[in-house]
Parts: sequence; C-alpha cells; structure tokens
Amino acid sequence: MSTLEKSNVTKGDVVLEFQDLRVDFVSDDGAKQAVKGLNLTVRAGEVVALVGESGSGKSVTSLSAMGLLPPNAMTRGKVNVTGHQVVGMREDKLRALRATEIAMVFQEPMTALNPVLTVERQMTESLESHNLAYGEEATARAVALLERVGIPDAAKRIKQYPHQFSGGQRQRIVIAMALTCGPKVIIADEPTTALDVTVQAEVLDLLRELKDDLGVGILLITHNMGVVADMADRVSVMFLGELVEQGTVEQILYRPQHPYTQRLLASVPRLTDVALTHEDQVGARAAEAQAAVGEAADLVLTVKDVAIDYKVRSGVFRAAEGVSFDVYKRGTTALVGESGSGKSTVAKAVLGLIPTASGRLEISGQNLPSLKGKAARTARRQIGVVFQDPAASLDPRFPIGDCVMEPMVVHKVGSKADRIKRAKELLDAVKLPSDVINRYPHELSGGQKQRVGIARALSLDPTLLVADEPTSALDVSVQAVVLEMLKELQAEFGFACLFVSHDLAVVDHLADQVVVMRRGQVVEQGATERILHFPQEEYTKELLAAAPVPDPDAQRIRREARHQLRL
Amino acid sequence: MTDKNSSQNLASIAEVEDAKLAGSDAAPLSQGKLVFKRFMRHKPAMISSVILIVVILVAITSIGIGGIPGWWPIDYKKTSISVDGGAPSAEHWFGQDDLGRDYFGLVMSGTQASLIIAFLVGITGTVLGTLLGALAGYFRGWVDAVIMRIADIFFVVPLLLIAAIIAKGASGFINSPWFLGIMLGVVSWAGLARLVRAQVLSLREREYVDAARAMGASSWRIILKHLIPNAIGTVLVNATLAIAAAVLLETALSFLGFGVRPPNSSLGLLISDYQNSFTTRPWLFWWPGLMILIVALSVNFIGDGLRDAFDPRQGGRIKRRNLIAAGLMGPSAVDVPSAADRAAAGAADPVERTGSASLLEAVEVQDAVEESKQQPDGDSSPPGGRHASGADPDTDPESGPDNEGQRS
Repeated sequence: MSTLEKSNVTKGDVVLEFQDLRVDFVSDDGAKQAVKGLNLTVRAGEVVALVGESGSGKSVTSLSAMGLLPPNAMTRGKVNVTGHQVVGMREDKLRALRATEIAMVFQEPMTALNPVLTVERQMTESLESHNLAYGEEATARAVALLERVGIPDAAKRIKQYPHQFSGGQRQRIVIAMALTCGPKVIIADEPTTALDVTVQAEVLDLLRELKDDLGVGILLITHNMGVVADMADRVSVMFLGELVEQGTVEQILYRPQHPYTQRLLASVPRLTDVALTHEDQVGARAAEAQAAVGEAADLVLTVKDVAIDYKVRSGVFRAAEGVSFDVYKRGTTALVGESGSGKSTVAKAVLGLIPTASGRLEISGQNLPSLKGKAARTARRQIGVVFQDPAASLDPRFPIGDCVMEPMVVHKVGSKADRIKRAKELLDAVKLPSDVINRYPHELSGGQKQRVGIARALSLDPTLLVADEPTSALDVSVQAVVLEMLKELQAEFGFACLFVSHDLAVVDHLADQVVVMRRGQVVEQGATERILHFPQEEYTKELLAAAPVPDPDAQRIRREARHQLRL
Repeated sequence: MTDKNSSQNLASIAEVEDAKLAGSDAAPLSQGKLVFKRFMRHKPAMISSVILIVVILVAITSIGIGGIPGWWPIDYKKTSISVDGGAPSAEHWFGQDDLGRDYFGLVMSGTQASLIIAFLVGITGTVLGTLLGALAGYFRGWVDAVIMRIADIFFVVPLLLIAAIIAKGASGFINSPWFLGIMLGVVSWAGLARLVRAQVLSLREREYVDAARAMGASSWRIILKHLIPNAIGTVLVNATLAIAAAVLLETALSFLGFGVRPPNSSLGLLISDYQNSFTTRPWLFWWPGLMILIVALSVNFIGDGLRDAFDPRQGGRIKRRNLIAAGLMGPSAVDVPSAADRAAAGAADPVERTGSASLLEAVEVQDAVEESKQQPDGDSSPPGGRHASGADPDTDPESGPDNEGQRS
C-alpha cells in the first residue's frame, strides 16, 4: 500500500470548478443547448452529487471536464481542473491531464474494460503512458491498487482477463484503474447503476473509503437519490440543462426549495419501517399480515413446483427450481431478486416463451405447458404482458394504434371499427391523447411508450398481467406516473398482476404478495408487509439493507445495520 | 406517489413529455416516410433516380415493347445502306452497324433486355434471400443448418460454371433475357440470405417479438409483419446493389457467350458482337458501354442514398456551416428546421435507443450526441438489468467514430 500516494492536495482545495459552462450540440438540424450556464465546485475530500433525469445534461457536464465531448459539441465557459483551464485546451495537454489530475469511473464495467487485454496490461497502460512507472514497478503498483480496492489474491488475478471477474469486481478494477496515476478528482458517472443492490452497497463503501483515505474530490453523477443520501456531502440538481438547486445533502433531501427537486423527491419510492434488527415485533404482526391472503375462488395463476432448464454448451443449466406461488384476482404478486435469480425466467415461462422442465403452471385451472395449438392460444388470451424496455417492446414500424390492436388482430376479435374504438378507449385509459393512434413509437418518450405497452397488454381484457421490470428503464418521476397508472388500471379492470422487479421500494408500493428469489430458488415468500418489513431470511434482510434510501440520516443507520448483518 | 394536484408548472419530466406530445401538431411520420424524406435530400441519389427513370422510359418507348410500336421511326432489325460509314447522324443518332442497321434501336433493345435481367435478378434474388434468410434466422436449429449449407454451396460453385452448363443446352426460351434473369436471381440469393439471417437473429430477441409470441401470434405473422419489415433497410440497399451487379454480370456472361444469345439482344451481347469494330467504328462499342455505365452507376448511387436514408448516423455529416455559425454567433444563429425534420434525424433508424425520453430540446440534444457518437453496433440489444437512467444522453466516449460497425 506504500505505492499508493495520498494525493498532494489538502482537504478543502478546489480541485474541479465549472464556471458558466455552456455546451451546445450542433447537428444538421440546428444547435441544441445541453448545458445552460453551470456553476459548480468540487473540493478535495468531498463528494458532490450531480443529480438529474434523462436529458438534464449531467453526463455532458462530466464529459466536458474530461475533454471527452464529441466533436460536434460547442463548449464555452470555464472548466478548471486543479487550476488548469480545460475548455479549448490542446489535445496533447489534455491527455497529460487525464488520469494524473482527473480520472473517470464509468457506468458499465464490462464495456469500460477491454475484454481482450489482461487487467495487468490495462492497469499499467496509464502508468507507462504518463511516464510514471514501467515494467515490474508498474505491475507492483497495480497489484497494490487492486489489493486496496479489495480484489483478493491480486498478484495472481492481475494476469486474468475482465470476463474472469464478477460484475462488482470489475467495477472495483475500473475504480483501481482510475486511481493508478493518483488523480485529484474523480468523476464517477453512474458507477453503480449497472450493479445489483448488494454489490452497489459494497462499491459505494469502497468509494467512501477511498475518498477519506486519499483525499480526492469526487463528482458523483447519479439519478439515484438513495446513492446521493449514502455518499454525497453536497448536491446539485440539474433539470433540462440548468442547475436548479444546490446545497448540502441535508438541505436538498430534507428541505428542497425548487419545485422540480420537490417533485423529484416525492416520486422516489421509499421503503421505510424495515425491521432489520429487532426481531421481537415479528411474531404478532407477521401473523396478522399473513391472514390477508385471498380466497381460493379468486385464484388466477398457480405456479406449482416449477423447474426451468436452459440448454448451454456443457449440458443443461437449471435456471429455476421448485418455484411455487399463487396470484389472486385483483392481487399483485411480485417476484424480486438480483440478476441471475431466475425471476424473469419464471415470468417468461408463465408467458409460454420458454418451456418448463417440470411442475404446473395453471391459469384458470388449465395447465399451460400441457396445452397445444388452439387451446394454448385461447389460454394465452388471458395473459397480457408489459416488458422492461419501452424502446424495444413496440415494433418501430407499427403505428401506435396497430401496436395496441395487434392482440385483437392475432385473435381475430371484433371488426376493424370495433378494434379502433377499443384502442382509443385503452389509450384514453392510459391517459394518452387518442390521436396518438396514428403516431409512431419513435415520436413518444420512454414513459409514453410504456403506457402504450400497458394499453396493448390490456386490449383483450386479460385476467393476468405479467409485468417484467416495467419501470426500470424509466426516470423516477416517469416511473411514479406509470406505477400509479398500473394501480388505477388494476382497480378499474380487475386483473391479477405478476410483477417482476429488483426494486424493493416499488414492490412495497404495488404488491401484496412477494416472492424473493436467489439463484433460481425461492428464498422467502409471503405477504408484502411481512417479507419487506419483517424479513426472516438473512438474504432478504441483506437485500433490504443494501437498497439505499433517500434520507441521509436513515441511510447512515441502515448502513451501520448492514455492516452488522455482514459480520 | 405523485400528488396530481400539486403545482402545474411543469416541474416533472412526465409532464413535460405529455405537454410536448399534446402540443405537437406535426403530421405523424412513418418510418417509410422519414426514410423517403432523407432519400430526397441525398442529391446524387435523386439525380441518379431521375437518370435511371429517363433511361428506362426511353428504352421502352423508343422502340416499343412486346409488339407495341414506339416513337423511333426506324426499324432496327432492317438492314440498309450505311450513310457516311455508319457514323452517328441526325437520322441515325447512334449511327449504323456494319450491316447498315440502326444502332440506336439496337442499343435500346439491348438496354431493355439488360434492364429486364437486372431487375429480375434483383427481385428474384431479394425475395428468395429475404425469405430464406428470415426463416433460417427465426427458426434456427435444423432449418437454419439446411438453408445455410445450401447457401454455402451457391457461394463455392462459380457462377460462370452454372451459367455455362445452362447455356450449353440452351435454345428458345432458355436464352431469353427473362430466363437468364430468373436463373441468375436463383443462384445469387445466398449473400442477402446471410445478411437477413444475421439481422433476424438479433431482431428476434427484441421484446416486441416476445410480445407478439406471448399474445399467440403465428410464426408467419411474426416473420412477415415484424421481422422482415424491420430488416427492410438491409434488404432494399442490397437489392439495389444486386441490380447493379447483375447489369455487369449479364454483360460479362453475354460477352463470353454464356448469357443472352441472338435473336435476343443485350448490352453485353452488343459489345461482344462489335468488339472487332472498335478500331473502325468505335461508336458501336461506346454506346452500349455508356448505357451500362449509366445504369450501373445510377443504381449504385441510389443504393448509396438508400443506405444513408435508412441509417442517418453513418458518416456523422454535420454541416460545416452550422458548426461555424454556432461558434460565431451562438446557437440562435443556426437555422432550425421543422419539427418533422428534427424527428427525421432522430428516428426511423433501425437502431433502437434504450428508453428514449423526448422532452422538449433534451431529446434533440440526445439525438445530436448520438448522431455524432455513432453506435458501434446497431443491433446490440438494449442493456438489461437496472438501467433506471437508460434514457440518459449516454455519452460513452469509448465508442469513437472509428469503431463504426458497417451495417450492410
């Protein structure tokens, strides 16, 4: 660890400063302002969070500090990196600045690392190109850094390729790479967005430690208010290219002044009152919550002991095993878990998109996997589906009306006029103007597309709606609108809902039954109230403790609780 | 979660988006219309289209087709006395051949034949290639194996050999342009089939295909309604390139005596027939050569224009004028075209963005960023997992203009 120098700045020095930064993008179709006059300072030893939704210009801001904007970007104003004015700087000077003064941690660790080079090669590259260390010395430094960021057996593993590390480890490597040349300021652009919550919590812990140990300044770009509460000292909120509000994390999260910040915070789903440590209350309230399960007559979907196999090169991979749960009329059952837990696999099996290896999937008493041909089609009519990615779930060549009417066309329901009438009703139900019927998906935003997806799912009046991460690709404020709409529609149409999500706070708002999955198996299941507020299993507790809440004080307590859980 | 009665001052993205949608009065544009708009702006392609249409019209109307007489007064089949050694004149625009036949009429009939062959090859090859490629990509497994192995056979057996074998026993209908066109189409589908298969393999993983399957749509419906229309860019561009290649292939085959044979005629055959006159009557060589050049070149330019129209992000063409204007006078100096044009820049690309958020100018900024950044692989499926901010301007500096994936 001796090779890891503390950066030679004192706490409180300004390491990154934006003065009236303006960025315009120029294209054939004119110029568009991405950042409209931004003022922001990052001091050594502090974390400044830059928060905003899509199109707020937060990523553009961070790239301007690195001098990495595309050639059609016009940058004006001042960007000071440890006293060097970056705007208009020559490329070779900029290169000298990168890694030694300012470094970046990217969102997607898999694409930030080159898959065909060993970790060693990639880590020593910047040391060598900045004439800081060569050969064995460079490798020694890199190994020390990897140890520092928590890669076990670093001397050996440094010879491996990125794919041989897990997602969390890859992000640690990316962080180590950012640190190789001892930068004074690090820009972390959504560093944990691509990671599971438990891994996210660990990576955030690491970043916090590094900030304290090395005294670097961190500009944290994120959309996640929980991450902000967990990490940030000061917060700046951007909306449509403008800085609408800035202040300390307590000021912003507890007493937001600007209406945008207020609305943004109001849209963040919160999961509170989780009994992680005090087991005493569990008994009474759990039993009480358990009683609220629906009656057998209202049973819509029964999943019984289902196993699902994937064919892989080396044989068969069991993606899910022994999964059993029920979905009741007007009820919502949520499948939660991290990536690889098999939650989406189960949902796909319910939709009939992948075959089951054993077990029963009964909808209205019929076992779906055993149905053939026409019977299967009729049974499927009862199931509607909403997918995760609104951009991919609508055929770009279909007008919105045709998208919504497609299920009716496939099942030959009604005349053309009937279908159009129904499509208009459905679009009205999801609060879209009925003239969108002639528009095309590319003219709509992500949230609007997702509403079209919901309208399509409801067009045959399904008894069961399968929603596979329907809001995870959306901004929080848009997510709030879509979730609220789902709730209203369920009350109106009375369908049962199988809701797949990784976001426990969303699930808490929507579901009345929760099934927690891990590695293809059910860890814990039962009423939402019991699972999410009085969890019994360690894994569920860990999941709950790892999800950050947008409240700095509460988050500090949770963080400590989580550290205790891990011990 | 949101308080619907609170402030109405557009402080939420969802509201901004809805306000934008309600406020947009631009006529909805389908992808086809957007592509057409962009094609119209591609000058070389537009000029080429005009030239090609003129060539087709002249070739058909001048000497007529299928017994219907045209406006050209001279019967090109009749021999007569050579005027002025058969050089081009006011009476015989393209001159006369060594037997005194009118060469304009001969070239026009050759052009007709060559065009028929070219388009037949284009149509047959495209229909076969698209269907077989889509079947292979959609069903995978043994269907894929069988179709692609057959394609491999067409790749390894030289076209000349197939043509020579067929030409050996040729007589009557066999050596007409119609037969040659269909035959060449039947043997030249393999390349397109590979491309379409690759595209379908990636398209079939899209969620709209899953959605269609989940609602019980048949495989045929999915292939015909969802997969092929979304692969149409690849298909159309390659169809035009196949047409251009077919013009040259027909020339080569006819020149070698394997293609069209008398009494039918084609441009290649004309060149072959009069190759010996090159020194004495060079126009007998130049005119058919010029026609081949015009047709092949203009079809190629049209293909080029189509490719640009389907994939506007290729080449990152930003008008220098706009960059300078913005630099000198700020963004307000740049002329901003209509909403429809702006939509044209961002959409209609077969490439889908992850959860695009079109809120006022933000979306256009996003387009600008992406247009310059160029997707390294247009078909990469959107990132799964927890991309709550999938709609971010997502400026990934790793993908510079150099790692552009050629899409067709």
